Amino acid sequence: MSNTTINTTSSPTAILNDGGEPGYTFPNSFGYYGKFGGAFIPEMLHRNVEELRNRYLEIMQEPSFQQEFNDLLRDYVGRPTPLYYAKRLSEQYKTKLYLKREDLNHTGAHKINNAIGQVLLAQRLGKKHIIAETGAGQHGVATATVCALKGVECIVYMGVKDIERQAPNVARMKMLGAKVMPAASGSQTLKDATNEAIRHWINNPADTHYVIGSVVGPHPYPDMVARFQSVISQETRWQLKQQTGSELPTHVMACVGGGSNAAGAFYHFLDELSVQLVAVEAAGHGVNSGMSAATTQLGKPGVLHGSKSLVMQTADGQVVEPHSISAGLDYPGIGPMHAHLFDSGRGTFLSATDEEAVQAAFELCKLEGIIPALESAHALAAIKEMKYKESDVVVVCLSGRGDKDLGTYMKYM
Amino acid sequence: MNRIQELFQQKDKNVLNVYCTAGFPALNSTVEVMKALQDNGADIIELGMPYSDPLADGPVIQASGSCAIANGMTIEKLFEQLQGFRKATAFGDGGGIYVPVILMGYLNPVLQYGFEKFCRHAADLPIDGLIIPDVPEYEFETEYGPVMQRYGLNFIFLITPETSEERIRKLDSLSTGFLYAVSSSSITGTDKDFSAVEKYLQRLQGMQLKNPVMVGFGIKDKSTFQSACRYANGAIIGTAYIKAVENSTDIAASTKAFLSSVLEK
Ligand SMILES: Cc1ncc(COP(=O)(O)O)c(C=O)c1O
Repeated sequence: MSNTTINTTSSPTAILNDGGEPGYTFPNSFGYYGKFGGAFIPEMLHRNVEELRNRYLEIMQEPSFQQEFNDLLRDYVGRPTPLYYAKRLSEQYKTKLYLKREDLNHTGAHKINNAIGQVLLAQRLGKKHIIAETGAGQHGVATATVCALKGVECIVYMGVKDIERQAPNVARMKMLGAKVMPAASGSQTLKDATNEAIRHWINNPADTHYVIGSVVGPHPYPDMVARFQSVISQETRWQLKQQTGSELPTHVMACVGGGSNAAGAFYHFLDELSVQLVAVEAAGHGVNSGMSAATTQLGKPGVLHGSKSLVMQTADGQVVEPHSISAGLDYPGIGPMHAHLFDSGRGTFLSATDEEAVQAAFELCKLEGIIPALESAHALAAIKEMKYKESDVVVVCLSGRGDKDLGTYMKYM
Repeated sequence: MNRIQELFQQKDKNVLNVYCTAGFPALNSTVEVMKALQDNGADIIELGMPYSDPLADGPVIQASGSCAIANGMTIEKLFEQLQGFRKATAFGDGGGIYVPVILMGYLNPVLQYGFEKFCRHAADLPIDGLIIPDVPEYEFETEYGPVMQRYGLNFIFLITPETSEERIRKLDSLSTGFLYAVSSSSITGTDKDFSAVEKYLQRLQGMQLKNPVMVGFGIKDKSTFQSACRYANGAIIGTAYIKAVENSTDIAASTKAFLSSVLEK
């Protein structure tokens, strides 16, 4: 029997149980991780957000919900995803590098874990319509996929600029039956698509659920999305045990846009203080170039999209337009859980430039025959920045595959 | 007692509150716009502080905000522009702004300015109240409310047709000045059938609330203003006024034409 088969039968897939003590893993009952979080929403959203807050934990604990969620993750998404020991990459960096293969999920990224969870939850809330925002299009594709599977109407908001640079994903969403709504306001990227989706929700409060794509937004979204993504680290622990004899790695590394793949990859290690958690942000042309998306380096505490966190903004508090070669990391905020990991020092925050990410992607192709998503390539690029011991066990979350980015990669060939 | 309470003591019907965006249409048109509003029948001025990501506003108000930001508008600049705006000599012999003025904006720019400093400077001018739609009641009670109270600023909560009766009572007890009844669950600038709104307003009327009720969102002309006023103390016009001045070369004339069409008997 292979490792993966053992994992399927022996490991529960995601943290769906009741909360615990507020800390790194769980927010307090008002949605705060340390100083960050909360629910800064206009009254027009109160009822929907309150309903979600009152019911999300109860629904996630229903046996029928857990059964359906776990069955779909296994049979539809293809979980557990492999934890792959990358031998040649390990030789290159003189340590033990494991790749958590979220790129092998159906639809090509970790985003589907959350999309399935939220659509199932929306159905139990009696919602008839689904809306979502998307940057790179991965979350939009994942949501459109689950909506097709469930026969639910789906509308995805996407910035006009992202529609241009992620054309294959736009086509996929359309083919899956979703309506793609161009967000033409503001800077026409992910933050504006999020604004437009929230406005749609305000205008259609009765029977619509908003599937947020990352660990951002008002409480309970960050906690809910982190729980759905926690399957990543749940499996990692089991797989490490099988492969190395110990459940704990020395390092877990992941890229951070809003922070959902990182939240999922870190989740079951948050309170294991021996495990170094490394979050990698997009530096764009360089942290101080004025063309960057490295929120913890450049941001200040502020309120964006319903929660208090670190936000890239002008001295006057206007949110600025970030830059990254990868649309999925091109976001001027970061989830409140990560702001707390940064603020408390529990997390190590690094950044990789556009150039470094592209190089790391080509290196992974050459050494391991895997084309990573541009987002995930940022996590890979940070491997160079680390000082490892040969005995270290480093898990890198390979959040997605690079098919959607071939247009960009081709410019470098 | 401040200007808002005084106003409602003198006038509890057909109170007209008009929203304008600071620094729009031109950076230095802020006080000129306010003066035109006051001269042409606005009882309250709701002065919007522009923000890059105004979640509760529709495209027209967002575009006016983007324009104001591009014009160079900031909170600091706004406070400079408002220096002395209450003085009788503010506009030569025309008298200053005497109507209540409420600053409306989103929390983030205010946080960057410094919340306490903001309240202090606003109260100094003096401004009469604040509307910050993304400050919910938990944050108000635990953090921001006491600061506003210290500086004597009214804080106006929003309610919607989706707000439960219990919650309306709670928000009414926390609000001072008036309660802002959003006419439908929607962003500003949306058209919805007004008959559904009437039911909701009648319900509010029957609740015997502590605060006067002002209706906002979707009020755009004489007929919607009058319908709203039948069941509330007054109404708030935003998007329709921004449209009336966005391409105007003569703010006083455009404001006069717009407000007389709303207020004509
Ligand atoms: C493959 C991939 N990784 C990472 C991200 C960034 O999102 P998050 O930080 O929420 O994981 C995205 C977003 O589109 C993505 O598509």
